[in-house]
Amino acid sequence: MKKEVYVYKSFERFWHWMQAILIFFLAFTGFEIHGSLTFFGFENAVRYHNFASYFFMVLIVFAIFWHFTTGEWRQYLPSFENIKAQMDYYIFGIFKNAPHPTKKSVLSKLNPLQKLIYFGLKILVIPTVVSSGLFYMFYRYPQRHEIDSLNIESLALIAIVHTLGAFLLVAFLIAHVYLITTGATLTANLKAMLTGYEELEDDEALEH
Amino acid sequence: MRKILLALPAGALLAILFFASFLTTEHEESDLSLLKEKYSQKYTPPVKHLEFEILQKPFASPQEVTAACISCHNLRHLEVMKSNHWNWEREEYIQGRGVVYIGKHNVLNNFCIGVRGNEPKCAKCHIGYGSTTDGLAIESAKNVDCLVCHDNTETYVKADEQGGAPEKSLNLNLIAQSVGRPTRANCGICHFYGGGGNNVKHGDLESALFEPTKALDVHMGTDGSNLSCVDCHTTKEHNISGKMYSLSSMNHNRVTCDQCHGETPHDKDILNEHTLKVACQTCHIPIYAKEHATKIYWDWSTAGKLKNGEPYEEEDSLGNHTYLSIKGSFVWQKNLQPEYFWFNGTASHYISGDVISDTSKPVVLNELHGSYRDPASKIIPVKRHRALQPYDPVTKLLIQPKLFSTRKGDGAFWQEFDFQKAAAAGMKALNLPFSGTVSFIHTDMYWPINHMVSSKEESVTCKECHTRKNGRLAALTDFYMPGRDYSKVVDFGGSSLLLLTLLGVLAHGSLRIISAFRNRK
Repeated sequence: MKKEVYVYKSFERFWHWMQAILIFFLAFTGFEIHGSLTFFGFENAVRYHNFASYFFMVLIVFAIFWHFTTGEWRQYLPSFENIKAQMDYYIFGIFKNAPHPTKKSVLSKLNPLQKLIYFGLKILVIPTVVSSGLFYMFYRYPQRHEIDSLNIESLALIAIVHTLGAFLLVAFLIAHVYLITTGATLTANLKAMLTGYEELEDDEALEH
Repeated sequence: MRKILLALPAGALLAILFFASFLTTEHEESDLSLLKEKYSQKYTPPVKHLEFEILQKPFASPQEVTAACISCHNLRHLEVMKSNHWNWEREEYIQGRGVVYIGKHNVLNNFCIGVRGNEPKCAKCHIGYGSTTDGLAIESAKNVDCLVCHDNTETYVKADEQGGAPEKSLNLNLIAQSVGRPTRANCGICHFYGGGGNNVKHGDLESALFEPTKALDVHMGTDGSNLSCVDCHTTKEHNISGKMYSLSSMNHNRVTCDQCHGETPHDKDILNEHTLKVACQTCHIPIYAKEHATKIYWDWSTAGKLKNGEPYEEEDSLGNHTYLSIKGSFVWQKNLQPEYFWFNGTASHYISGDVISDTSKPVVLNELHGSYRDPASKIIPVKRHRALQPYDPVTKLLIQPKLFSTRKGDGAFWQEFDFQKAAAAGMKALNLPFSGTVSFIHTDMYWPINHMVSSKEESVTCKECHTRKNGRLAALTDFYMPGRDYSKVVDFGGSSLLLLTLLGVLAHGSLRIISAFRNRK
């Protein structure tokens, strides 16, 4: 028996979509600064990129606060249980209309692969991109007499690490957008993230 | 509620674009209007020289005018005689070389090469009278030429080849009675014509600056702030600030933009940060030689050809000499984009007698010091003048030929068109050896560009440097510049990752579509 369950709360959805737009916008302007494309013009790209980065960081602070106060952070603790089954599902099962190997519930929204990837993003990729971005913004060229803020010999390492993080995030974005379609139906995941409600197996879903 | 949730992120994005654009809207800087007000006040001389009796009496020689000046300004000539303008020499400390006395007498350039032995001709631009090859004229106070800098009639002009004496036809009374603060005409009469013609040497100093438009120079434009040279080249006790690194080595007594504009003149912080590493001129002088062409290449090796035993000249369509028997072949260009160098305010020079260690590449006559890692260095715009000029392949010395003489027989090239004789005479004047062989070697000379400042609308844009290929700073590779530089490994790896991810999801998706059809059957 299936039942409409309220899985994604308002803040969660706001955070998700806001983050989606910001990451897309930051990647777009960032790669323009990097010299990969031309759209806004270099000067505007820099200005927009810097400005959006502040929004992004504020959003991250709110998201961290929300995750800890609600206890939702536990969702991202990686577990290696069922990881093989989840991989088998994407490689074989999905083509044979096999059922999802892990049951989605309000208490366990993420499958083991998602947990692993999101954990990596939160612990590694996003902190790398944000901190290298902060260095990028607040680093100062070597100056005479005084150290004004951060005196770093060369921008190269900072910029290259920042670029590397950007590539990883965009790769994630591509895969993520595709994987939206692998829910119970093609649009089930998208609908859930828009409305908050998703049809889940009744026996697993918990009332709240 | 759902709609509101969706509208929020979209609204936030619009807010980013809006605020990012709005917050950095440019305002007219109040400092700039203060400066404009300050320099719009007209200068009025404190006295009327016209009424002084001593300037009414007839002058038999320009030296008598000087004596009249000194009778009131009784110490000023001593200041002049300490100045670089007078001595054509200064004490400099050069890294790796120590303290040296350098100037026009011992530093060679790649235009007319050197002064020594050619004084009567070169002295047309000396602020003194009576220059001869013995160099004794600068000992005497009466030879100070007050008028060349202080004439306000704009009629004073020095005669050719007369050791610095003025044209005989001039009315010295009228000129002496007119004296005042130096105008653009006083400085320009020498500095615009260095190297034997308009804009030959500097590229950014030329006759168009006598009466420039704002478009030519935003400071000097007569339709704008109308500044004169001495407004920036402030002067104390006849020591005029500012100098050219063709002859100077040390980082002092310079004229800088920030003496008026401060170090952070922009509204946008990101531009102000650039000033740590980028000189103002780099962005604000996008092109030079805007009005008339400047010489960028001088080939001495073709000099000396004669037609029917007579020297001749050839001109290009703009009227610039492309060939002169006395000087060789030239290339001229206008509207030039500068080259860019790191520069910390110090330079070293080829001094007469320096042995060239590597004859396989161009000899740099005035090396500008600096690098990204040197905290005192900034990127500056430079005119590079290239030449092929005489040198002695045996002694490995640059040759300073004797060029000028009033008569045949003493080896002057402009009389006899014989490099052998000119080299022998020139090197003898310098007390340097000459093997008897004349060869030619490529030389480079760097002329920092400081004038012909454009309006901010025409300044160099971000993209002209922050670009992958052929940017203005493409030659400066000792630092990482966003938009230009990247790690080949990261970019290749990253692009491959994106491509593989894309192919992966497409393949996976296609397989799902195919299997969906199969499962339906």
